[in-house]
Amino acid sequence: MTSLRRFLTRLLNSATRRAQDERLKEEIEEHIALQTEENLRAGSSPVEARRQAMLKFGGVEAVKEDYRAERGLLLIENLARDFRFAVRMLRKSRGFTAVAVVTLAMAIGANALVFGVMDALILRPLNVPQAESLYGTEYGVDTGFQSYPNYVDLRDRNRSFDGLAAFSFAFAGLDTGENPSNANGYATTGNYFDVLRIQPYLGRFFRSSDERGRNSAPYLVLSYAYWHSRFNDDPGVVGRVVQLNKHPFTIIGVAPPEFRGTVSFVSPDFFMPIVNQEQVRGENLQDARGSTLGVFETFGHLKSGVTPAQAVADLQAVGDYLQKTYPKEFAQKSYSLGRAGLTSFGQALRAFMAGLMLIAGLILLAACANLGSLFASRAADRSREVALRLALGASRIRILGQLLTEALLISLVGGAVGLLGSVMLLRRMSVWQPFPGAPIHLPLNPDARIYAVTLALALVSGLLFGIVPVRQVLRANPYEIVKAGSTGRLGQRMMVRDMLLAFQIAICAVLVTSSMVALRGLARSLHGSYGFETRNTMLVGTNLASAGYSGDSVPAMQKRMVDEMGTIPGVEQVGLVNNYPPLLYGAGSKTNVFKEETKDRTPSNIASMPYRYDISPGYFDAAGTSLLAGRTFSWHDDKDAPAVAVVNREFAGKLFGSVTNALDQYFTLQDGTRVQVVGVVENGKYRSLTEDQQPAIFLPSLRSPSSQSYLVVRSRRDPQRLAEAIRSKLRELDAGLPAGIDTWNTMLYVVLFPARVATVSLGAMGAMGAMLSITGIFGMAAYSVSKRLKELGIRMGLGAQRKEVLQAALGRAFKLLAIGSAAGLLLGILASRVLASIVYQATPRDPLVLAGVVVAMAFLGLVATWIPAQRALSLDPAMLLREE
Amino acid sequence: MKQKADVLQGTLALMVLKTLDVLGPQHGYGIARRIEQISGDLLAVNQGTLYPVLLKLEQEGVIASEWGASENNRRARFYRLTREGRKQLRVETQDWEQTAAIIGRFFEVKAEDLS
Repeated sequence: MTSLRRFLTRLLNSATRRAQDERLKEEIEEHIALQTEENLRAGSSPVEARRQAMLKFGGVEAVKEDYRAERGLLLIENLARDFRFAVRMLRKSRGFTAVAVVTLAMAIGANALVFGVMDALILRPLNVPQAESLYGTEYGVDTGFQSYPNYVDLRDRNRSFDGLAAFSFAFAGLDTGENPSNANGYATTGNYFDVLRIQPYLGRFFRSSDERGRNSAPYLVLSYAYWHSRFNDDPGVVGRVVQLNKHPFTIIGVAPPEFRGTVSFVSPDFFMPIVNQEQVRGENLQDARGSTLGVFETFGHLKSGVTPAQAVADLQAVGDYLQKTYPKEFAQKSYSLGRAGLTSFGQALRAFMAGLMLIAGLILLAACANLGSLFASRAADRSREVALRLALGASRIRILGQLLTEALLISLVGGAVGLLGSVMLLRRMSVWQPFPGAPIHLPLNPDARIYAVTLALALVSGLLFGIVPVRQVLRANPYEIVKAGSTGRLGQRMMVRDMLLAFQIAICAVLVTSSMVALRGLARSLHGSYGFETRNTMLVGTNLASAGYSGDSVPAMQKRMVDEMGTIPGVEQVGLVNNYPPLLYGAGSKTNVFKEETKDRTPSNIASMPYRYDISPGYFDAAGTSLLAGRTFSWHDDKDAPAVAVVNREFAGKLFGSVTNALDQYFTLQDGTRVQVVGVVENGKYRSLTEDQQPAIFLPSLRSPSSQSYLVVRSRRDPQRLAEAIRSKLRELDAGLPAGIDTWNTMLYVVLFPARVATVSLGAMGAMGAMLSITGIFGMAAYSVSKRLKELGIRMGLGAQRKEVLQAALGRAFKLLAIGSAAGLLLGILASRVLASIVYQATPRDPLVLAGVVVAMAFLGLVATWIPAQRALSLDPAMLLREE
Repeated sequence: MKQKADVLQGTLALMVLKTLDVLGPQHGYGIARRIEQISGDLLAVNQGTLYPVLLKLEQEGVIASEWGASENNRRARFYRLTREGRKQLRVETQDWEQTAAIIGRFFEVKAEDLS
């Protein structure tokens, strides 16, 4: 009780220091005055009386000190005093402070930024109740894709999940009666919202009981954002009927604002029942067990008490059952569980973010090494001041406290600036739509976690670089230092700094190496061979189902479109490919191919799994894929003609040995169709730029039409004009057909996006590394020149040549640069293996990269030492010697 | 050394309390004089050490202080016991007497008394 009261009073007193000091002063004066009077009365002379009184009172300063210690909280007061002193010191050396703060702001900012992205995409669970027990199933090699019938079996046969929901994407024209426009949504199973355990904001959600077979549930749930932007928060929207790809759907509810779908970077406009997907997609996937297009991801809450491992075993058992029951359609792959929301992308994204976080951490470490050596030099410069304070009786703890306060002040200011910058960047990124027209955005909203992490980073780094000069101070011998003067020997202390600098340069060289590797990789993937020519080609995406076509009217209309596009002036070639052309949205689908003689078409007998494209005549010409042998298709290769295929060189080589052998040979598809190879085309890229060479087959689209297709239009005309011409031509053909028109290069942007992001981020990190090494070397070189001015002056006075002076002044810096760079280059080469998974053709064993790193580091060294070198050379020995 | 200072401070605090109890409100000089008169040379030098002790006692709430006029009509700080201070003085006096009695008995004990 008393001690608490005393503490509070002391706290208060700390704040009201001045008034208290006044009070003591007055009391002491009064005391001495009274004593003096007393002495006078005893007969002393006035002077003697006062002197005796003072003597009796004792050391006034000591009493004041005791009084102060008694009165306030020493620690807090010291801290405040240290803080004020630190501010004064830092303001005195503005250059140093600015460099330190900027360095830290960049390093901490980079960490905060990377952490913010990682937090949003990886660490934070979906915004639904009990997200921690929500798991997505991964089927095969980290994808969630499966067929709808498989999902149904999985849902009904597993014993591990409290309900299993699934969804796929639905891109549709939504017509409210006024302006029809494209909207992006999820097609979800009826139990979707119940499995997620969320409640509607308005109206109701659809449920399992609404599903009564194909196209039985024409209901629509809007996302909050879409309801807000498209329907202006109109609560009367519930019950309204809108057209989705010309089919009537009733809006029954609005999802809550915090729910933005179950893929963290694709927020939907609407949710529709997956049983009605045929109406939007134009084809029925409900019964196609062999197709993996039906379901994008399957997820659910694990039952309480069930571990993920048990659930995986359970799923595996269901998979075994399916494999036994449907040997033809069900290719057995292993099941695993992943975080719902990221399932298909989780692994790559996690690896990339972890890599980036590591690099950011390295940058911070390099920055700390940089600042550590700066602080060590500062402490050395201030050794006289420190020595004086020690001699005057300051405790070493207090001096260290002072130095640490300075370090922490810098790191906190740097951290605050860095945080500000990264939060601003994160905000910008969260409204950024990397792909025009695609509903992809990054759900980045900086929250308390990023602030906490930044604060922790700032404190840790402040302690890290603040602790470097500690040994120096603890060992300092005030007597020696004061005697030796400011030019005291530095020998031993340079060692720590040298090591720090070499370490820092090594880290920076790693960063420079990896960013160069990434840049080279991107340059190559931009100029590599895709197996088609993207220049001067326009892609026209249409979904005939959205305009009401079905059955035989689909291929007929597609042939008309190809023919009509060919009549546009300037158009050279036109072709069509079902679903998506190669590399678009990474959407290639594979098919099972068997040797002709194989009778038993089970998964174990699969001869090859090539990518499959269904194309129209003219496609190869339009795409710029060169024919190596044989022929391409004609409009006669339709349903009534024998089945034929064009294959790529890889497929021909794998299955038949060589290009020439492949011609006129046969293979069979899963359904037993016997297909004759009539042509061979060059190899290409199909799903991603980083894939190994894959086999591919091309079949006539007339034999298996799909309402979703892309026209490939080759023309040398200006893309904008051409797009207008294509649009008006399409309107002539069918005014109600929505189409997406873009150049192939623009569309490829999506494919190159990961490589681009990797390159931009690695490039930025490399640039930061470069800047850090410049400041590091500059600091070291400038310091050593300024310390050795006198020595250099004497050397010059004795007739040393410029070269010798430079060597004396900067030799050390260059030696460290060389050692650090070599180590960093080596490490960078090792580290770049990690990059290979993200950046196309990332190989560090590239002479250009190696040379580039060496040149870059040498150049950095030159830039950093330029000013100190100039200073060393412009010395006037006479003036310098006179000064001392 | 430090321990000795603590003991001194503790003793001094008790003397302050007792002085205020006996004489009523006093200023610092008055307390110092009184202690000097009674204890002899304990406060003959370093009278200033009294002030940190006064502050400590005040912060503990056992004494209170306010400005008043001294005998020569100048502003002086007067200290007085609070109710809590009286209570503490009673407790400490008791403790002290007990301790003193025990220590006293120890000093009186001779070797033969123990055998």
